[in-house]
Amino acid sequence: MERTSKLNGVAALFETPDEIMAAAEKTAEAGYEKFDVNTPYPVHGMDDAMKLPPTKLGFVTLAFGLAGALAMLGLMTWMMTIDYPMVIGGKPFWPLPAFIPVMFEATVLLATVVTVGAMLAIYFKFPANAHPLHDTDYMRAVSKDKFGIMIEAADAKFDELATVEFLQSLGAKKIEKIREIADPEPPIFSKRFVLLLAGVFVAVALGTYGTLNKALFYTPFDWMSYQPRVNAQSASVFFEDGFGMREPVEGTVARDEVLYEYAGAETHPEIPVVNPLAATKENLAEGERLYDVYCSPCHGYHGAAESRLRKQFPLPPSLHTEKARTWEDGDIYHVIHEGQNTMPSYARQLTEDDRWRVALYVRALQRAMNASEADVERASEEASDE
Amino acid sequence: MQQDYTKEPSLVEGRLTIGEIEELIAAPLDSRPGFKYYLALTITTSVMLVGGVCLALSFWFGIGLWGNNQPVAWGFPIVNFVFWVGIGHAGTLISAILFLLRQRWRTGIARFAEAMTIFAVMCAGIFPVIHTGRPWLAGYLLPYPNQHDLWVNFTSPLVFDVFAVSTYFTVSLVFWYVGLIPDFATLRDRVVESGVVSKIKKTLYKVFSLGWRHSNRHWQHYEKSYMILAGFATPLVLSVHTIVSFDFAVSVLYGWHTTIFPPYFVAGAIFSGFAMVVTVLVFVRKIFDLEQIITIDHLEKMNKIIIATGMMVGYAYGIEFFIAWYSGNPIEQFVFINRAFGPYAWAYWIMVSCNVLVPQFFWIRKIRRSVPLMLIVSLLVNVGMWFERYVIVVTSLHRDFLPSSWGHYAPTLYDAGILLGSFGLFFTLVLLFTKTMPAVSIAEVKAVADGAQPSHREEAD
Repeated sequence: MERTSKLNGVAALFETPDEIMAAAEKTAEAGYEKFDVNTPYPVHGMDDAMKLPPTKLGFVTLAFGLAGALAMLGLMTWMMTIDYPMVIGGKPFWPLPAFIPVMFEATVLLATVVTVGAMLAIYFKFPANAHPLHDTDYMRAVSKDKFGIMIEAADAKFDELATVEFLQSLGAKKIEKIREIADPEPPIFSKRFVLLLAGVFVAVALGTYGTLNKALFYTPFDWMSYQPRVNAQSASVFFEDGFGMREPVEGTVARDEVLYEYAGAETHPEIPVVNPLAATKENLAEGERLYDVYCSPCHGYHGAAESRLRKQFPLPPSLHTEKARTWEDGDIYHVIHEGQNTMPSYARQLTEDDRWRVALYVRALQRAMNASEADVERASEEASDE
Repeated sequence: MQQDYTKEPSLVEGRLTIGEIEELIAAPLDSRPGFKYYLALTITTSVMLVGGVCLALSFWFGIGLWGNNQPVAWGFPIVNFVFWVGIGHAGTLISAILFLLRQRWRTGIARFAEAMTIFAVMCAGIFPVIHTGRPWLAGYLLPYPNQHDLWVNFTSPLVFDVFAVSTYFTVSLVFWYVGLIPDFATLRDRVVESGVVSKIKKTLYKVFSLGWRHSNRHWQHYEKSYMILAGFATPLVLSVHTIVSFDFAVSVLYGWHTTIFPPYFVAGAIFSGFAMVVTVLVFVRKIFDLEQIITIDHLEKMNKIIIATGMMVGYAYGIEFFIAWYSGNPIEQFVFINRAFGPYAWAYWIMVSCNVLVPQFFWIRKIRRSVPLMLIVSLLVNVGMWFERYVIVVTSLHRDFLPSSWGHYAPTLYDAGILLGSFGLFFTLVLLFTKTMPAVSIAEVKAVADGAQPSHREEAD
């Protein structure tokens, strides 16, 4: 390192820990304040000899340890109790005992890392590789096995000749004059360091973007998106019938299923079953909903074969034919249950009650589309009553 | 024989001066690595590569290559995770708890044990992440604001684990680095023949020393911070393996759901960690001529801790059986009888003999102080502790609540390869460490050498 002729301080070397203790004590007694003792390891009792006030580092630890605990508690409370409360394992929304381990870890983490960071950056003002003591014979000696004392020129009592004489009187083995460094600009503001920081910033930004938006979509990281399985409604080359979705095994009985007495009957026997449900508003409304979902794609909303799947699927006959209108309720139920011609069975989509509700609604449709004079009069009377 | 027990024997043998201590410790750093070093490094990196290839295959073809499946879904990855985390407990214990207890002999071994802690936790960290099968999604373990409005489950021990292990790693690293700063400064200032130590190495020492000046105004805060770190690291080291044991104990599964798990796991972790430190130190002190600094007294003291913690682990094995009988719970009784006499009885008895019976040899002073014998014992303890985790994970899971779901677990070659690879990683890091950083704390050993501290006031006056 280049040095100027300006004096930074005078340094003296001693051989044993006893000598340095005595020297430090006498230097402090002589009234010097800006002096330092450099030893290869901490020498016990030196703080008292130098008359140093006790360190306050512990308060930093206390403050940040508490901050860590409280911040974590607040964070967890907000996440688990306020933002998205959920019952997990029967615990309350604010499960304090379960928070303790993570709070403890946060306390330790913040307290230790901040203590060390504060010590290095604030107390020691590190990194400080441009200190005048570096690269001197004095430093090399105290780094190894010598004990040194260094009085700064900035001290009020400092006088080049008198201080050297004072150190000699303490029994110093070697005295070295430390000169100031020519270019004391801290390297943290140097162009190269700033460029390095900029480079790191760009690399981190690109790396993050690349990882999250590009890398995760390369094989094998994208395998969750392409899995060898059959999706609902899709074809299968494995099964003979080409359907991806499979029928339940023959003889499977669903929950609450009531076995249908006339199941499998091909033609319409006169099904001697009457609709067990009353034509209430609720039943009709539910029947309408179910009809619109399951039946209307082919039969049309009015049952007049106005299919929305026209040209894609064979048109069914209208529900208002003479034949259909003279059917018993049981026949309608039978067709829903068994299917007819190209119409598949809807037994699996509709429960027993639902089938009867749909049958009710079909009856209502038939009556509405083929209304008699009396029906129209009654309807208009009811409308005027309201 | 009359002995003065009030005076502690010298911690550094051979009346070494402070300067000689430094020469001894820094010697491996002042020379270029030789043929043997490269040979050793080649072996360890090759082993590491085996693990890397097995991992790559596992992710290409999926973790179906491993032996884990229902009902033993935890298998090797979790066994290895707990094993390595356990190894990682010795370092912080030596550097923190022994520091608080004013055990000055810790100075000779603390640095190395701390380094091993960090490397072991690195090895451990691999396993839970790969166990998920999609390690690139590990970021979801952190509670970060996201558009799903979804947070991690802070009531789950698995989430405690993420926080505990990452905190432990960070604090261990900080602790280690703080200890290294004065040594980096010493290495920076060392005058050695030009050309032997590369310029890059010197520059790195300078950068990492941060400009340390051995100033007493710094030593004052430094010692305080070291005390604070030790004070925090002590409960931390206990908490980490406690939380690892919660992963098991909080689940409602016989063989896991026991309150003895936290102390049992912590004792086991210290036990296995010390065994690993002894195993490696035996070689290090021989290869790097550190026998005067890592003395046979140091090793003997560690062996005493091994026997003490081994007895604690043995007690835990016993009490588990006692509670199974005393609880009167037939299912728990079945689990433990099945553990000792079922299909995994071989693993159980390897565990008991290696962990409880073998350390009993350390009652004999001659064995405690014999390097080859202590090496054998410590290696067996490592084997036994690995099997302990195997027994805990596998035997409790392979007999499900429904006998129709009972299964058998057998690891595949890929499992073995990944475990081998973790050892490769560990020893590669150890080798790199011994050649680039002082394996023993220079400043701390200097401070405990004979005559390093000022003589007592009354004597001096």
